[in-house]
Amino acid sequence: MIVQALAFYMFAFITVASGVLVISARNPVHSVLFLILAFFNSAGLFILLGAEFLAFILVVVYVGAVAVLFLFVVMMLDINFVELRQGFLQYLPIGALVGLILLVELLVVLGGWHLTPEITAQASAPAPADLTNTQALGELIYTHYLYLFQGAGVVLLVAMIGAIVLTHRKRPGVRKQRIADQLARRVEDTIEVKSVETGKGI
Amino acid sequence: MSFIDRAARSVLLSELIQGMALTLRYMFRPKVTLNYPYEKGPLSPRFRGEHALRRYPNGEERCIACKLCEAICPAQAITIEAEPRADGSRRTSRYDIDMTKCIFCGFCEEACPVDAIVEGPNFEFATETREELMYDKQKLLENGERWETELSERLTADAPYR
Amino acid sequence: MAEFWEFWDAYLWPTLWIIIKIVVIVMPVLLGVAYLTYAERKVIGAMHLRKGPNVVGPFGLLQPIADGLKLFLKETVIPTGANRGVFIIAPCLTFILALIGWAVIPFSEGYVLADINVGVLYLFAVSSLGVYGILMAGWASNSKYAFLGGLRSAAQMVSYEVSMGFVIITVLLCVGSLNLTDIVMAQKTVWFVIPLLPMAVIFFVSTVAETNRHPFDLPEAEAELVSGFNVEYSAMTFALFFLGEYANMILMASMTTILFLGGWLPPFDIAPFNWIPGGIWFALKVAFVLFLFLWIRATFPRYRYDQLMRLGWKVFLPISLAAVAVVAGVLVAFDLAPVQG
Repeated sequence: MIVQALAFYMFAFITVASGVLVISARNPVHSVLFLILAFFNSAGLFILLGAEFLAFILVVVYVGAVAVLFLFVVMMLDINFVELRQGFLQYLPIGALVGLILLVELLVVLGGWHLTPEITAQASAPAPADLTNTQALGELIYTHYLYLFQGAGVVLLVAMIGAIVLTHRKRPGVRKQRIADQLARRVEDTIEVKSVETGKGI
Repeated sequence: MSFIDRAARSVLLSELIQGMALTLRYMFRPKVTLNYPYEKGPLSPRFRGEHALRRYPNGEERCIACKLCEAICPAQAITIEAEPRADGSRRTSRYDIDMTKCIFCGFCEEACPVDAIVEGPNFEFATETREELMYDKQKLLENGERWETELSERLTADAPYR
Repeated sequence: MAEFWEFWDAYLWPTLWIIIKIVVIVMPVLLGVAYLTYAERKVIGAMHLRKGPNVVGPFGLLQPIADGLKLFLKETVIPTGANRGVFIIAPCLTFILALIGWAVIPFSEGYVLADINVGVLYLFAVSSLGVYGILMAGWASNSKYAFLGGLRSAAQMVSYEVSMGFVIITVLLCVGSLNLTDIVMAQKTVWFVIPLLPMAVIFFVSTVAETNRHPFDLPEAEAELVSGFNVEYSAMTFALFFLGEYANMILMASMTTILFLGGWLPPFDIAPFNWIPGGIWFALKVAFVLFLFLWIRATFPRYRYDQLMRLGWKVFLPISLAAVAVVAGVLVAFDLAPVQG
C-alpha cells in the first residue's frame, strides 16, 4: 500500500509541478515539453486507478500524436519572448478569475462527493468487477452508448470535413506528378533503338 | 487487360521483389574487396608516389642542382640551394620538398635531366606530425637507397614510352 | 533483525529481483544491438560485393566493441547555441524509450517481465513516444539541418503510426485480447502472416518508417541534411541515439514477430521443430525480420518526402482502414470472432 501511495504522490506532484511550469516557463517549447510531462504523469495516475487502457490511450493519443503536433507548431513559430511577456499583467485578472471559477467548481464537485457518499451509487455505470477495464470500456461505448458514441464520431467527422472544405483550394492549370503513370512506363514504350547509317540521319 | 496487369504488378509489389531478389543474388557472389594492408592492387610503373633522390651505381648522387624541378613545381613545394663541392662539381647543399604542398603531378620527375628526383611506388608514408612531412635532402636520398631496385625497374619498364 | 527480513521479503527482494530480471533482458538487447550493427555492415557489404569489417578480431567480430570504445572515449561537444538541458535529455530519452518497450515482450511462454493486459497498447505507446527524442534533439541543437530532420521525423512518425494502429487492430480482432502472450497463443494453428499477409507487409513497412530506417531515413538523410537530427551530436550522446535506433529496430522486429510470425511458436508443431526451445525460435524470427530491414536498406533508394507522405496517408491508411472493416466483417460472417468474458 505504501508503495502505491508513494507512486501516487510522485505522479501527482510531478503532474502539478509540470502544470505550473507549463504556464511559467519562459520558452514556449519548454512549456509544451512540460505539458507532455504532465500528460505522461496523468497516465501514471490512471494506471494507479486501474484504468490501464485509458492510461495508454492517453499516452498514444495525447502524447504520441496531439502533443507532437503542438510541439511541431510551437517549434516553427518565431516568437519574440519579450513581447510575449508584456501583456502578462494586463491579462492577469481575467486569467485569475477563470482559474478561481475552475477551482470553486472542482471544490464543489469534490466536496459534494466527499460529504454525501450516496451520490457515487447514483453514477450511471459503475465499473463491473469481473471484466478487464478494456472490455468494460468497450461494453460501455459500443453496447450501452453506441448511438451517442457514433454521434460524437459523426460530429468529429463533420468538423474534419468542414476544416478541409474551408482550407482546400483548387487551382486550375496545375500540373501534377502522376506517379502511377510514371511507374507504368516501360523501356519498350519510350525508347526505340534504330541503326542509323553514317551521314544519312533518320 | 494492361490495367489489370499493371494493378496486379503494383499490388503484388513485383518490382520491389525483383529488386530484392537482385540484391540477394549479389550477396552470394564472390567479393571484390582487396584486404588492403595485406593485399594491394597493382601499380602502374608511372604511379606517382613518394619522392626519392637517386644515386649513380658508383654512389655519386645524380642531382646536379639545375633547379629545373624547383622552377616547374606548380605547388612551389621544392626548395633548392646549391654550391660547388670541394672537388669543384656543382651539387645541392639543400634539397627540401614540402610534402604537404606537393600535388604529386610528377613535373619534377619529367623536368629532371638526370633522373635524379623521381616519384616512387610508395604511397604509405603517412606520419603522425606535420613536421615529418617536410622532407630534406637526407630523407630523400634515404628513400632513393631504400627504393632503388623498384625505381630502376619502373624506369626501364616505362622507358619505351618516353 | 526479524524486522529487517520482513522488510527484505516485502520490498527489497522484489525490487532486487526485478532489477536482476531487467539486467538479464537489457544486457542481451545491448549485445544484440552491437552485433546488429556488425551484421548490418556485413550484410550490406556482401550485397555490395564487399567484405565488411574483418580486421578487428576473428571475422571482425570485435569491431562493434572497438567502435563502442571509440565513441566512449571521445569528447562530448555541446554547441554554444544549443539548449543544454533538452540537448542532453534527447538522446537519453531515445535510449530509455528503446529499452522500456522490452518490459512486455514475451521471449517464450512465461518468459516476460510484465505480462500486462494491454501489452500491445504499451508497445504502441512506447513507439509513438520515440519521436520526442528526435524532435527534441532537432530543436535543441539550434541548427537548421537538425531542425529539418526533427520536423521530418515528427511528421513521418505520426503519419505511419496511424496505419500501424489500424493494422494492429486487425490482429486484435482475430485475437480478442491485447495481451501479447494471448496474441502469440492465438497463432497456434496458423501464423497471422498467412491470413493477414497484406497487413503484415503494411505493418513491416510502417515499422521501417517508424524506426527511421532506409528507405525512409529522411530525418537523417546524409545527402541533404548532412545527417539530420544528430548532426550536432558526438561521442556518447551520439552513441545513445545510435543504440536507441538499433534497439528500436530490434523491438519493432520482435513486435512484428509476435503479431504476425507466431512469436516463440515453431513453424510446425511436430517432432524436429518442437524440440527446439521457444526462445530460440523467437530469436530466429527476430533475426529474420532484422535481415529484411538490412536487405531493404541495401536494395532501395531513399524516398522523396512527399512520396513518403503519399504512401502513408493515401495508400496505407485507406488500405488498412478497409482491412479493419473487411477482417471484422469476415470474422462476424463466418462466426470466427473470438468471444471472451
